[in-house]
Amino acid sequence: MKWIAAALLAALLVLLPFFAGDFYINLASQILIAAIFALSLNLLVGYGGMTSLGHASYLGVAAYISALLTSRYGWGHGPAAVISISGTTAMAAFFGVIALRATGLGFLMITLALSQVLWGLAYRMSNVTNGDNGIAGLTRPMPFGISLDSAASFYWFALVVTLVGFLMMTIFASSAFGSSLKGVRDQPRRMAALGFNPWMIRWITFIYAGFWGGTSGLLYVYYNKYIHPTSLSTTSSAEALLGVIAGGSGTLSGPVVGAALVLLLKNYASAYIERWNMLLGLVFLFIVLVMPTGIVPGLRKLATGLCRGSR
Amino acid sequence: MTPLMSIYALEVINLKKAFGGLSVTQDVSLMIRPGERRLIIGPNGAGKTTLFNQISGDMRPNSGQIKLFGSDVTHFAPYKRAHFGLSRTYQVITLFSGDTLEHNVTLGLLGLQPSRWQMWRPLSFYGDLATEARRILDTVGLLHLAEHLVSNIAYGEKRRVELAMALAQKPRVLLLDEPLAGLSNTERSQVKSLIASIPRETTVIMIEHDMDTALDLAETVTLLNYGRVIVDGPRDGVIADERTREVYLGA
Repeated sequence: MKWIAAALLAALLVLLPFFAGDFYINLASQILIAAIFALSLNLLVGYGGMTSLGHASYLGVAAYISALLTSRYGWGHGPAAVISISGTTAMAAFFGVIALRATGLGFLMITLALSQVLWGLAYRMSNVTNGDNGIAGLTRPMPFGISLDSAASFYWFALVVTLVGFLMMTIFASSAFGSSLKGVRDQPRRMAALGFNPWMIRWITFIYAGFWGGTSGLLYVYYNKYIHPTSLSTTSSAEALLGVIAGGSGTLSGPVVGAALVLLLKNYASAYIERWNMLLGLVFLFIVLVMPTGIVPGLRKLATGLCRGSR
Repeated sequence: MTPLMSIYALEVINLKKAFGGLSVTQDVSLMIRPGERRLIIGPNGAGKTTLFNQISGDMRPNSGQIKLFGSDVTHFAPYKRAHFGLSRTYQVITLFSGDTLEHNVTLGLLGLQPSRWQMWRPLSFYGDLATEARRILDTVGLLHLAEHLVSNIAYGEKRRVELAMALAQKPRVLLLDEPLAGLSNTERSQVKSLIASIPRETTVIMIEHDMDTALDLAETVTLLNYGRVIVDGPRDGVIADERTREVYLGA
C-alpha cells in the first residue's frame, strides 16, 4: 500500500510536464527548490533542536556567488557552482563556530544577526552586488549540453537534485549520526556522558545544513536568472521556518508539505488578496491551533484515529 | 607493570568546589582501587552528587585533581572521560523517553564506537549493535520490553534501563547515583543482584541512601558531611566509627 502510493507519487512527479502547462511546471519547480531549502533547515530545527532564523544566508550567498562569478567574471557554470557550494559550506562552518556558542534563544538571535549582516552587505555594497537593483540577466547552466531553458527541462533538473537531496537527508536522519543528533537534542548531558561530543555533532549538522541550503540557492538563482537582497532577508528565513513548523519539524515529509503550502499561498493568494501575508498568518494560526505538531504528524494522528474508530 | 602506572582506578586529590560562598566540596581526596566497590554516604546536601558531577566532568572543580588510572582528566570534557572508561547513571532518570529501550541501549553502545559519526548508512543496518543491545537488556531482565518506548514503561524499569545503558559501555569505572531510589522492595532486590553481578573489571562507586541494601554491596565506605570526608575505609570500620553514628546513622 505504502509502496504503491510512493510509486504513484514518483510517476506523477516525473510525468508532470506531459500534462501540466508551463505555469504549473514552473510552480512545481519553485516548490522543489523551497522543499530542499526547508529540508536543510529541518536538519537544524527538527533533528538538532537548533532553531535558526538566518537560514536564508546560505540560499542567498550561494546564489550571489554563482551570479557574480558567471555574470561579472565570466566563469563557466561548472566551476562557479563548485566555488558557490564550497564557499557557502565554508561560511556555514565559520558561522557555526559563532552561533553554537549559544543554544536556544541565544542561538536564534546570533543566526538572525549574522543573516542581517549579509542582507545589509547585499543592499549597501552596491558596487559588488548591484544593491537594490539586484543582478539580472543571468543564465541557466547546460549540464551535459542539455539546455535548461524550457520549463520542463528545468523542472526535471530540479527534480533530480531534490530527490538526491531528499534521499541523502533521509538517510542522514536515520543514520548513526542522525541518532546521535536527536540524542543531543533530547539529552545533551547524557549524550556527553555516553561519549558523544555534543558540540561537534551540532557543528557538523550546521555545516551539512549549510551545504544543502547552498544547493537550494543555486537552483533558486538558476530558476529566477535574477538575484535580489530580499532572498537574504529575515522574511525569507522566517517563511522557511514557518513552512518547517507548519509541515511538521523533525519529520521527513513535513518540511516538503510546509514549503509547498507557503509557496502555493504566496502564488495564489497574492493574485486575489493584496494582503496575502495576513492570510498566511491566519492559515498558520489555524494549523498551530488544530495540529500543534504540524500538518504531517497531525494528519497521521487523524488517520490512525480513524482506523481505530472504524474497527 | 611499570612503576609509573597508578594502582588506583580513580584518584580524587584535594578537590575543592564552591558555589559563591557555599563550599560544597572541601578538600576531598579519594583513592579507589580497580575492582573496588565503594559506597558514598552522607546526609542530604553533603555534596555527594556534586562530587560525582565533578568526577564525570559535568562540573569543573575550583581546584584539585581527578585521575583515572593514573591519567589526569581534571580538564577533560565529559565525553572524553567516557572514552577513558568512565560511565555513570543519574539520580534523576535521564533517558530518551521518545525512543525504544533497544534504541536507548544502542546509544550507549554507539557512544564509544567510531561508527557514531557515520551519516550515509541507516542505523538499522548495524545488526550487531541491535543484537548486543538486546543481550544487555536481557541481562537486566527487560528483553520483553525492547520494542517499547521508554515513556511507556514503569519507573522501576526505567531505573534498570539507566543501569543497562551504563553497563553497555563496559566501563572501567562506574558511578551509580542512587540506583535504588524510589524502588519497591522487589525491584530493590532485583537491582541489588544486578549490581552484585557487575564483573570485577569494573570499579563501582555508588551513592545510596538505602543502607540495608547498599552496605551488602560495598567493601569500602566514604562518609561525607558538609562537603568533607569524615570517615573513609573498610565497611565495618566505618560503620562502627563513632563519627558515622553521629553524622548519619543518628544512633
